[in-house]
Amino acid sequence: MAPPNSFLWSRRIFLTLLTGFVLVPVYVMVSSSLKPLADVSGKFRWIPSGLTIRPYIDIWSTVPLARYFVNSLIVAGAATVCSVVIAVFAAYAVSRYEFRGKRTFTVTVLSTQMFPGILFLLPLFLIYVNIGNATGIALFGSRGGLILTYLTFSLPFSIWMLIGYFDSVPRDLDEAALVDGCGPLGALFRVVVPAAIPGIVAVAVYAFMTAWGEVLFASVMTNDTTRTLAVGLQGYSTLNNVYWNQIMAASLVVSVPVVAGFLLLQRYLVAGLTAGAVK
Amino acid sequence: MTTTTAASADSGERTVRKDSPGAARGPRRAGRIRRIGLPYLLLLPALLLELLVHLVPMVIGIVMSFKELTQFYIRDWGTAPWSGFDNYKISVDFSAPVGEALLHSFLVTVGFTLLSVGLCWLIGTAAAIYMQDTFRGRGLLRALFLVPYALPVYAAVITWVFMFQHDNGLVNHVLHDQLHLTDKPSFWLIGDNSFYALLVVSVWKGWPFAFLIIMAGLQNIPGELYEAAALDGAGLWQQLRRITLPSLRAVNQVLILVLFLWTFNDFNTPFVLFGRTAPESADLISVHIYQASFVTWNFGTGSAMSVLLLLFLLVVTGAYLLLTSRGRKTADV
Repeated sequence: MAPPNSFLWSRRIFLTLLTGFVLVPVYVMVSSSLKPLADVSGKFRWIPSGLTIRPYIDIWSTVPLARYFVNSLIVAGAATVCSVVIAVFAAYAVSRYEFRGKRTFTVTVLSTQMFPGILFLLPLFLIYVNIGNATGIALFGSRGGLILTYLTFSLPFSIWMLIGYFDSVPRDLDEAALVDGCGPLGALFRVVVPAAIPGIVAVAVYAFMTAWGEVLFASVMTNDTTRTLAVGLQGYSTLNNVYWNQIMAASLVVSVPVVAGFLLLQRYLVAGLTAGAVK
Repeated sequence: MTTTTAASADSGERTVRKDSPGAARGPRRAGRIRRIGLPYLLLLPALLLELLVHLVPMVIGIVMSFKELTQFYIRDWGTAPWSGFDNYKISVDFSAPVGEALLHSFLVTVGFTLLSVGLCWLIGTAAAIYMQDTFRGRGLLRALFLVPYALPVYAAVITWVFMFQHDNGLVNHVLHDQLHLTDKPSFWLIGDNSFYALLVVSVWKGWPFAFLIIMAGLQNIPGELYEAAALDGAGLWQQLRRITLPSLRAVNQVLILVLFLWTFNDFNTPFVLFGRTAPESADLISVHIYQASFVTWNFGTGSAMSVLLLLFLLVVTGAYLLLTSRGRKTADV
């Protein structure tokens, strides 16, 4: 049955306005990144007076963007891998076993989501410094410290989502594997994990995005050599000048990997959310 | 963000069920011990990390809130003198500058969060419902709508900073030069306007998440419901009110709680938009506490404020879960 015309028109108007709202900043980012400095320093223009790829060349020398990029890749990549592996184990335990303290565990994990990050910024800073002083393991200012912090940020979300996802994998499947002589871990990796790939991909995407976009801990817990993109991007504003065209170019370069990855994998994310969050 | 409700419902269901992997295998003693220990072993890494990065810091934070912790003691914070409830008294003494500023920031945050969550939910729901049927370009539009959510916070917010610039920003260019709505170019990142600037950015970034979740929720509503309603002569509006919204109830409860917590605790957006010190009208609580701790170097008071904030969130979340679960029970009957 075709929807009535009034519905079609309200849909057209709403979706057009919304597309505009969503896309204007994206347009500003792209168009300004191709403008000469004089153009971004004066009044805003929708149409650039001249196009140049100069900002894309200069961003690498104005600040050590390549180094920040590598730092962000290492930190976000390692945090993602660790958090997914740890979450898979934890979610499997909760989904498939009865044990004392299970409810306490899920409730605790759940409630860490409501803690404001600011609450443990300073204590964590003190813990890392103390561990460093006591053992010589440099956590503060190192990539390791940041990886450790970030992987716990995405962990609660990943665990809940995977519990929901694993629950949707029929129990008969891994029970059959157990009967066939697989150990519990064999059943997990041969049966449950392959069946839950969309959920695991969704969790990985989320973990990577969380780590790639975090600002607070990155700005307190890094030094010159371990700085991530979140902090590094501030380097384009100097006392004399704000290189808006370079800022926009760098923002775009920084965004392309995550946005591309997200859009490629979004169908898994939606599938994961359907199974995990929505029941 | 998966749901408390889903998790608790599941564990309840499972307690009734027999633990099958155990039952499938024989009652050999060694095997049994291994199986009892196994769940804990699987949980161990997650537990250790949660302890190290969330729970221990939280306990230390609570201890710190009872200490007179200024920059002099930061190297060796254990030696800072106890101050009892002084930090708390300072924080909630609303007649003195510190408490007054905290109360102001709290109220700003509550107002901001309600507005932002409400708008995100409204836009997300409308977009998801409008895009429930297939039409040409739907896939492309859906991908476009997810871009603000996928962009790294700092890259997205810094673009908004550029757009809100007084002299060379797009917003003033459109409002002043092109539409002539204002007498002179306005300031957006300082003064009273900054509240609205922050709100716009927050909604821009946040609504796609609501959209994503509600879209997922809509997929679970059986199409027959709509067909039956259409046969009975229900219009689109009635279908929305009688089928769509009630079916989304559980999804919405979780979504709104998560949006609330994320928005209330958001640090990244205001920090990138305004820097270390936010304008008074947009002084969100996370940045306020950061400022109280790291700019004025009073970590004891900052910790006390954090603990108060956590207590507030616990109470609100508890009350919300209680109310919504009671509502659901009566709805089921």
